Amino acid sequence: MRIGIDVGGTNTDAVLMSDRTVVAWAKRPTTRPVEDGIIAALTAVLADSGVAAKSLEAVMIGTTQFTNAFVEARGLLKVGVIRLASPSGEALPPMIGWPRPLRQAAEGQTFLLPGGYEFDGRDIAPFDAAKVRAAARKIRAAGLETVAITSVFAPINASMEEQAAAIVHEECPGISITLSSSIGRIGFLERENATIMNASLSALAREVVCSFHDALRELKIEVPFYVSQNDGTLMSADYAAKLPILTFGSGPTNSLRGAAFLTGCHDAIVIDVGGTTSDIGVLISGFPRESSVAVDIGGVRTNFRMPDVLAIGLGGGSRVHLDPTRFGADVLTDDDFSVGPDSVGHRLTSDAYLFGGETLTMSDVAVSAGLATFGDAGRVPALSPTVLKTVMGRAHRLIEDGIDSMKTMAGDIPVIVVGGGGALISEKPRGASTLLRPDHASVANAIGAAFGQVSGELDRVVSYSGGMRDQALADIRTQVTAMAMAAGACPATVEVVDVDEMALNYLPGQSVRVRARAVGDLKFS
Amino acid sequence: MTVNRDQFDKDQGSGAAVMRYLTLEDVRDMAVGTALLGSGGGGAAHTTLLQLEAALAAGQEICLIDLSAVPDDALIAPCGWIGAPTVSEEKLPNGIEASRGLAKLEQVKGQKVFAVFPIEIGGSNGLSPLLIAAEQGIPVVDCDGMGRAFPESQMVVFNVYGCSANPIVMTDEKGNSIVIEAATNAEEERLARVLSIAMGGTCHVIDYSGSGYQMKQHAVRGTISLSITIGRSVRLARQAGEDPFAALMACLRQSSYYSHGGVLFDGKIVDLDRTTEDGFAVGRVTLEGFGPTARSAAHSVDRMAADRIAPDRMEVEFQNENLVARRSGRIVAAVPDILTFFDRETAEPITTERLRYGQRLKLVGVSVPPLLRTPQALAVFGPQAFGIAEQYQPIEILNGWL
Repeated sequence: MRIGIDVGGTNTDAVLMSDRTVVAWAKRPTTRPVEDGIIAALTAVLADSGVAAKSLEAVMIGTTQFTNAFVEARGLLKVGVIRLASPSGEALPPMIGWPRPLRQAAEGQTFLLPGGYEFDGRDIAPFDAAKVRAAARKIRAAGLETVAITSVFAPINASMEEQAAAIVHEECPGISITLSSSIGRIGFLERENATIMNASLSALAREVVCSFHDALRELKIEVPFYVSQNDGTLMSADYAAKLPILTFGSGPTNSLRGAAFLTGCHDAIVIDVGGTTSDIGVLISGFPRESSVAVDIGGVRTNFRMPDVLAIGLGGGSRVHLDPTRFGADVLTDDDFSVGPDSVGHRLTSDAYLFGGETLTMSDVAVSAGLATFGDAGRVPALSPTVLKTVMGRAHRLIEDGIDSMKTMAGDIPVIVVGGGGALISEKPRGASTLLRPDHASVANAIGAAFGQVSGELDRVVSYSGGMRDQALADIRTQVTAMAMAAGACPATVEVVDVDEMALNYLPGQSVRVRARAVGDLKFS
Repeated sequence: MTVNRDQFDKDQGSGAAVMRYLTLEDVRDMAVGTALLGSGGGGAAHTTLLQLEAALAAGQEICLIDLSAVPDDALIAPCGWIGAPTVSEEKLPNGIEASRGLAKLEQVKGQKVFAVFPIEIGGSNGLSPLLIAAEQGIPVVDCDGMGRAFPESQMVVFNVYGCSANPIVMTDEKGNSIVIEAATNAEEERLARVLSIAMGGTCHVIDYSGSGYQMKQHAVRGTISLSITIGRSVRLARQAGEDPFAALMACLRQSSYYSHGGVLFDGKIVDLDRTTEDGFAVGRVTLEGFGPTARSAAHSVDRMAADRIAPDRMEVEFQNENLVARRSGRIVAAVPDILTFFDRETAEPITTERLRYGQRLKLVGVSVPPLLRTPQALAVFGPQAFGIAEQYQPIEILNGWL
């Protein structure tokens, strides 16, 4: 038996799975810190099922905490950015193209210093230790807690980044350091963006992963626990604490995979209606459709492989901006009100009228319209039929527009609704051939997390001299497949999902750095 | 000489405008068009787009003029970047390269540059002259020297029709600038390539500069506005929930030059062999089809049948640009016809340096203007110029599109 947990912006869900069966599930409000919400959800599923903590095999946690924090520019640290590239790259300074609020939240100090490598391994400019040291001192004087270090061609040669890190470490003991070479691949600007994003999340990452540990310890659950990555595979918690950015995209991946599992439907549009946003993704042959090239996260471009998901600012916690004097209006025009994109988020259960608060949310409207039953409908001020109809109509239109922009071919397609706010989709949207609401749809993310895949990864320098490329790659494929199986993947499901070759032109004998990754479903015991 | 705005007809309502200012939306649309025309080359446009966005936000203007509006005696400078796009993914420009180059050219020629245009319309190289134009406050002319992108500097219509590349001005991010007087245009390529490697695999080049009169004789006209139209058609189709590939083809059919096009293959990258060699990104990419042939046969009870049917594969060789596509060994398109990969879902074009294992792509093929298919042109950039054995055959004949 294993437990899948989804720590969302609004709710924390837990499911207890036995093989492919949902034994118990629970949904509790997400708390800050997240520990109490996890404890509450876990306690509920264990009590509900009567299963003892010691009979669990593993716990898988998926979370959108880091993505949400970044997109909302909340809880971010200001970052000291040391870029070793000058004179190259000065036309495109760090954080160029970032939306202003994110830039304001994450921009600490920026240093364009000499360094980086040419494609053939020469220095663009020599590493200047004195300049790095001076930058580190300024970073310390400014009180920054986190540093991002990037250099040109770092995925091929990380040496300058490592030298700079050593100096920063000396000058700023205890500071958090993210190197671009540990994050991404070729593509300087995207990799630098990801490095800065990761650095800005470093305090939150430590806090959240620590909360995971504490919650499990509190309940005496002593099994291995994993965190979902962007592609649906699992990583260790310690890894997640260092590289929180690897969780970006795991929320949609989990909900898409959960939706495919719950419906058995392999080609569909999946709408995950949460508290703050509705995330619209596409299943193709049972797998999330990925974006091919670059992914914008909150308007910042990265080169991660991620499901291609459109987030629209509509969820159960979305605020409905309507003057209370118009709650009973018989006529309502489009200019009289707006829906979202702001949300009360995890404060839904204190701020919404349904729970005794004084904020009108989409949940208040949906319950008043009879589409859902939770909270205390009696506490919601009277809303006229016109108001209910017009506001729900707006929500419906937002969803339909979102479906339209995600569809790439004409013709209707099944639409699967999952997530806690699914009631907001009250009728079949335009473009849908059918509307599916599977059982346990409200905890699809946690189910997706519980079905996290395992991977084998290999990063190795090989020689292609003497026409050995085909042989070398075949060997690597065999090995990485074996590694995935050794990690617990069911052999029939293992697929080599990535092979990335980088010629190391500064080494003799056609040396190539090959990174390969194989992924498969966890074998059930 | 600077542009006298009054001499141009700004009223777009009165027929073909000879001058207009490009918006950010135009520029973004154009990036999709130049990626298509780039045949996988010319570099990914993202970093240039970011710079253009910053330039427009800072109040600089991009003035696009028709070739007919260029005075015959004006000095016009074709601009672009030479090198391996795999390198320019990592090593970004300093910002001084192009302006240093223009200043050097003006010094050598003793004449101010009236306007610039892309030496090749493909990819980022189609867009980067817009940035120079914005920075310098000079116009960019609606034309280019290749009608697509080619890997080598002599593969340009000006060379085909007898113009000289001299003087060649190369500049890099470190402040190096080099002026070459090459004995022949072929020598230019040899020397410039070696220098581009010495300059770190990517640098700015101005070559084949000349008079307005000369440009009117030879340049491929209207390729900037065509790129904008292509990008707009894809964007509008996506917004309307229609098939962007169908919109793309419809748009090309209406163009006077690039009238034949189609999706040549739909599949997933199963092998990518790409290196940076002799200053180019070279290699081969193999896709396996989604078509029913391979898969249904593999699951067939008749194992013999499964063994007989090889998987449907498309192999594309590239040297910065995609050069030749072979489906199960048979040529379906070759240079100078255009071969560009697109994300099969979003119709986002993908240049050769951004190809990755596992990507799901459509390969689109497009015919080039007749100007690029003459015997003289094919001698310079036809299949044999790249060591491909097969004789050139137009893409519309190879695929029965007529």
